[in-house]
Amino acid sequence: MQAMRQLNSRTVVLPVNDVDTDQIIPARFLTTTTREGLGQHLFHDWRYRDDGSDNPEFVLNSPEARGCEILVAGRNFGCGSSREHAPWALLDYGIKAVISTEIADIFRSNSLKNGLLPILVQPDVHARLLQNPGDTICVDLTTTTLTLADGSAVTFPIDAFARYCLMEGTDQLGFLQNHLGDIVRFEEQRPWTP
Amino acid sequence: MGTGSPTTLFEKVWSDHVVAAETPDTPAILYVDLHLIHEVTTPQAFTVLRERGSRVRRPDLTLGTLDHSTPTTPVASFRDLAVAGDSAARQVQKMQENCHEFGIELFGFGSEHRGIVHVIGPELGATQPGKTIVCGDSHTSTHGAFGALAFGIGTTEVGHVLATQCLLQRRPKTLSVEISGRLAKGVTAKDAILATIGQIGIGGGTGHVIEYRGAAITAMSMDERMTVCNMSIEAGARAGMVAPDDTTFTYLEGRPRAPKASAWEASIERWRSLKSDSGAVFDRSITVDGNRLSPMVTFGTNPGMVVAVDAAVPDGDGGPGFRKALDYMQLQPGQRLSDVGVDVVFIGSCTNSRLSDLQQAANMLRGRKIANGVTMLVVPGSQQVKKEAEALGLDQIFRSSGAQWRESGCSMCLGMNGDTVPRGKLSVSTSNRNFEGRQGIGARTVLASPLTAAASAIAGKIADPRRYL
Ligand code: SF4
Repeated sequence: MQAMRQLNSRTVVLPVNDVDTDQIIPARFLTTTTREGLGQHLFHDWRYRDDGSDNPEFVLNSPEARGCEILVAGRNFGCGSSREHAPWALLDYGIKAVISTEIADIFRSNSLKNGLLPILVQPDVHARLLQNPGDTICVDLTTTTLTLADGSAVTFPIDAFARYCLMEGTDQLGFLQNHLGDIVRFEEQRPWTP
Repeated sequence: MGTGSPTTLFEKVWSDHVVAAETPDTPAILYVDLHLIHEVTTPQAFTVLRERGSRVRRPDLTLGTLDHSTPTTPVASFRDLAVAGDSAARQVQKMQENCHEFGIELFGFGSEHRGIVHVIGPELGATQPGKTIVCGDSHTSTHGAFGALAFGIGTTEVGHVLATQCLLQRRPKTLSVEISGRLAKGVTAKDAILATIGQIGIGGGTGHVIEYRGAAITAMSMDERMTVCNMSIEAGARAGMVAPDDTTFTYLEGRPRAPKASAWEASIERWRSLKSDSGAVFDRSITVDGNRLSPMVTFGTNPGMVVAVDAAVPDGDGGPGFRKALDYMQLQPGQRLSDVGVDVVFIGSCTNSRLSDLQQAANMLRGRKIANGVTMLVVPGSQQVKKEAEALGLDQIFRSSGAQWRESGCSMCLGMNGDTVPRGKLSVSTSNRNFEGRQGIGARTVLASPLTAAASAIAGKIADPRRYL
C-alpha cells in the first residue's frame, strides 16, 4: 500500500445514488485469484457497449475524466456485496479517493485497507461537488481537510488508526500480529471455547 | 456482562470477544469464533499469508466450502464435475490447494455437507448463539438468526482472521427493529424483511447492528429468522441478530457440530442469558406492523424499491435514479405488477433455499404446471437440503410441474457459474439482490418469497400467492 498524504486532482462526477459493488465490478470478473488488472473491468456494464466499445455516455469515457484521481459519487456508494475487488478495481483504474455523503460500511473498510480514501462530506459540499465536475480539489490527510476549487475548506471525518495506516502506507496485519500475546491470553482465559 | 446497567444482545456478544479495548487511536481487537471461507474471496488472502510466511492460526475454527462458481447441473457423481469456465475452475482448484496446504477442512465436491456457506454453517450446528462469525461475504449476517454476531468482511480482513483469528473493529451502533403482530397467511419472513428494508431504506442501517424483535420474529422458525437476518445487509447493516430461544436450541440439538452431552447443557445455560435486558438502550428503534404486511415484490434495481404484490408501480420521487431504475426494469409508474410477464423463476440462494422454502414452493406447485415459456430453476442451498427434499419427493413435484431441479450452490443469485438470466428477461427470484445485471447482463430481477415465486411461475406473470393457497 502506497503512503498517502495529499491528493490534488480534478474530480470525475458520477451523480448516481446507491452505486452497488456489482456495478463497480460485476460478479463474472471475480473468478480471478490476484488483485491486479481489475481496472479494465471497472463499471464494466455501464462503461462498455454490447460490442465491447466504449459507451460515450458514461462519464468515465469522457475526455475530461482522463487522469482524474477523485471520484464524486451519489449517496450510499459501494453498497451490497463485500467484494474487495471493488476498491481494487477503482485503484487499478487510477482512482485514489471517493467522495459522497454516505459510503457503505464494508466498502469503506475495504477501501481504507488498500489505500483508497473514502471521504464523507455534508450535503451542501456534496451538492457543490456534484454541480462542478472537473474542479481541481485538494485532499490533505495530514489535516483531514478538503479544499474546494474556490479555496474554501472543510474537514472530513476519518478513523485515527486508518488515517495513520494510510499516511504511513502500512497495513494493519502487523498491528494485530504485535498483539499475539494478548490474543493467546484471551484464548486461555475465556470461560468457554468455541 | 454483569456491570449492572441493562445491555443489548449485541453488546453482550461484543464485550465477550474483546481482546483489546478500542481507544480513540486504535480500534478494538475482536476475537473470531468461526471463520467461514469460500473460493471467491479468499485466494488473495492466502497469497498474503504465503508472502509473510504466516500459517493459519486456528484452522480448527475455519471451515471452507465451494458454492459461488460451482455448476448446478445434475451429474451422477460430483467428483468428476468440471466447473463453469477456466478461471472459475482455477479458482476452485486454488481453494482446494489452499485448504489442503493450510490444514483447513473443506466441504468440496463429493462432500455431502457442501453447499452455500450460509446454509451449511447452521445446518452443521457450527453456527451457535453468542459466537462471533465472519466470512468474506456480506450475507454472513444470516448467522445472526442464532444470536451470533456475524458479519461480512473483505479479503484483507480474511487474511487478518486467518493469520490471527482476530479483526480490528470499531464498535457499531445498535438498531432495534421490532416486527410486531402476526404475519397473515401467504405472508412470509421474506415479505417481512423486504417491507422492513423498504421502510429503513437501503442505506438506513449503515453503521448499525440490527436486533430483530417482536412477536412476529419470536413466532418464526429458524429458517425464517435466517431469511430475515440474511437481508440485513440490504438495509446497509453489517449484522442482524435475533435473541436465541427454545426454537434456536431445538434446531441445534443433535447437529454434527453442536455441543454434546454435558457441554450441551452448559451451552444452553449460557445461551439463555443472550438477550437484551429490559431497559437496554438502542441507538435507534423502528417498528414494523406485521399484521398489516402483504406479500412484497421489488420493482426497481435495489431491494428497497419494494411494494405489495397487489399494488402498482409507484410514482416514486421522480428523481433521475428512480427513472433510471424503472427504465432498466422496463416498468411504468402506475403499471399493475400483476400485468407484468415473467420469463424466469429462481428458487434458491442463501435467503430462501432451505428445506422449508422448498416445501412451501412445492406445496403450491403440487398438481400444477408452470406457465408456457417460463424457465424455472430450483436450487437447494446445500447437498443436505437436496437430500432431505428428495426424501420428501419435492424434486418430483418440481420436475412434474416443469421446473428444473439442480445441485446446490449460489447459482442464479449472482450468475457466476453460468446459470444466468438472459438479457432483458424478467426473473422472479427468491434471492436478495435485484441490482442491475446481478443475475446476468441486462437481467431484470424481481425479488420475492418462495410462495410468490411459485405463484408467478404458475401464472406466467407476477402473481399474488394468496390466489393459490
Ligand atoms: S447465494 Fe447469493 S447472496 Fe448468498 S452467498 Fe451465494 S452469491 Fe452470496
